[in-house]
Amino acid sequence: MDSNSYFINTIRFIVLVLAQVLICNKIGYLGFINPMIYILFLYWYPIKQNRAFFILISFLLGFTIDIFSDTLAFHTAATLTIAYLRPTIMRFCFGVNYEFQSFKLSSVPRIQQITYLALLILVHHTVFFILEVFSFANFLLILKKVLMVSLASLVLCILFSSLFSVKKE
Amino acid sequence: MQQIINFIFRNKILLLYLFLLSICLAFTIQSHSYHQSKFFNSANWFTGGIYKTSNSISSYFNLKKENQKLVDENIRLRSILINKEYNLEIPIDTSKFNIANEDYTIISARIIKNSYSNLDNYITINKGSNDGITQDMGVITPDGILGIVENTSKKFSRIQSILNRRSNLNAKIKNTNNFGSLIWNAKDYGIVQLMDIPKRVPIKVGDTILTGAASSIFPENIPIGTIKNFDLDVSNSSYKIDILLFNDMSNVKNVYIINNMHRKAIEQLESEDPNGQ
Repeated sequence: MDSNSYFINTIRFIVLVLAQVLICNKIGYLGFINPMIYILFLYWYPIKQNRAFFILISFLLGFTIDIFSDTLAFHTAATLTIAYLRPTIMRFCFGVNYEFQSFKLSSVPRIQQITYLALLILVHHTVFFILEVFSFANFLLILKKVLMVSLASLVLCILFSSLFSVKKE
Repeated sequence: MQQIINFIFRNKILLLYLFLLSICLAFTIQSHSYHQSKFFNSANWFTGGIYKTSNSISSYFNLKKENQKLVDENIRLRSILINKEYNLEIPIDTSKFNIANEDYTIISARIIKNSYSNLDNYITINKGSNDGITQDMGVITPDGILGIVENTSKKFSRIQSILNRRSNLNAKIKNTNNFGSLIWNAKDYGIVQLMDIPKRVPIKVGDTILTGAASSIFPENIPIGTIKNFDLDVSNSSYKIDILLFNDMSNVKNVYIINNMHRKAIEQLESEDPNGQ
C-alpha cells in the first residue's frame, strides 16, 4: 500500500466512524432502524493487501464504533466476521476474476458491486443482531431487525458509495 | 513439531480471526451478565469529548423548545410552592431548606449522547465524578424518570436508561401502595412494562404510575407514565401493564441527577439484615 492509499484509508476510517456515531446512530427511523454505513470501509478497502492487517484494522473499526455506541463487542464481532469472509464473498460475486492484479471494483458491473455490498451487510447484520438479542427465543425479532436494518443500510451505503465513488482510472 | 508450525502458518488468518472473535464473545457474554467495563464505554474522555463537541453544535437547534420545557416546569413548581404558602396554616419553615438536613441533593446535567433504538440503551451526560456523581444515582427529567447512573469518568457519566433489558425499577400505582417492578420488553421506546401488580388491585387505563418507596435510588412519587393497557400474566395472578411514558425518550436534553444522602446507610442496613434483599 503506498502512502496515498494509507492516507485515504485513514481519512475514510475517521469520517465513517464520525458519520456513523454522530449521524446514523441517531436516525432511529420507526424506532429501531439505525443504518450502519461504516461497512463501506470494508467495501472500499483495497483488495491486494495483507489479510492479517485487514482483519486487525476491522477489529479496530468495530471496536471504535462499539465504544461510542455502548454496545460492547457486537459491532466488533460482526465487522471481524465480514473482514474474514470478504475473500469468500468476493469470489462468490466476481468469480475468480478478482484475484487478477488488474481487477478493480469500479470496473465490474453495478449489479455485482451491489450484490457484494448487500452480502457484506447481510452477514454483518445477522451476526450483530444475533449477538445483540442473544436469545433464539426472539428469532422473529432478529429476523425483522436483520431484514429492515439491512435494507436501510444498503440503500444508504449505495447512496454514499455513488456520492464518493472511487475514481475510474 | 514441524507440522504444528506449518499448520499455524497455513491457518494464521483463521487463527487470528478466531482469537479476536473469542475476545469479542468474551466481552459480549460478560456484558450480558455484569456491569460493563470501566473504560470501554462512551463515558471515557475520548468518546465523551467528541460527543460533547458535537452536542455543543447541535444543542442550538432546539434551544427554544428546551427553554419552553424548562419554563413549563418552573410554572408547575411555582404554582405548587405558591399554593402551598397560602393554603397551609403553618407558614413554610425556611430552616427546613438548610442543605445539611436534606435527604436528597440534585445535580443538573445535559445529555450529550442519547440512544433509544437498541435493545440495551445507554445515555451519556456531561457531568462526572468531578461534579459529585457516583454510581447508582437516579436520573430524572422535568417529565419523569430516565434511568440510573452506571459508570462515571472524571467529566462524563453513563446512564443505564429505563429502555434497557437489565433495567428493573420499583414503581407503584398512584394513590395505592401496591408496587411492582418496571421493566422494558424492547419493543417500543415509548412504552415500558410494569409487572407483579396483584390481580385484586383495581386499575384502569389512564391511571398514573409513580416510583415506589422501596428503592433507595429514587425518591417516592416521581412520575413515570400512565397505564395504556393491561393484561393478566401467564400465571393469571398478577397484571402485566403497558405504561405510556411521560418522557419522550427520543427527545430529552436537560436532566437532574438525584443523590440520596442516606443511601449508604440504607444499603448498609439492608446488607446486614439477613432477611433483606
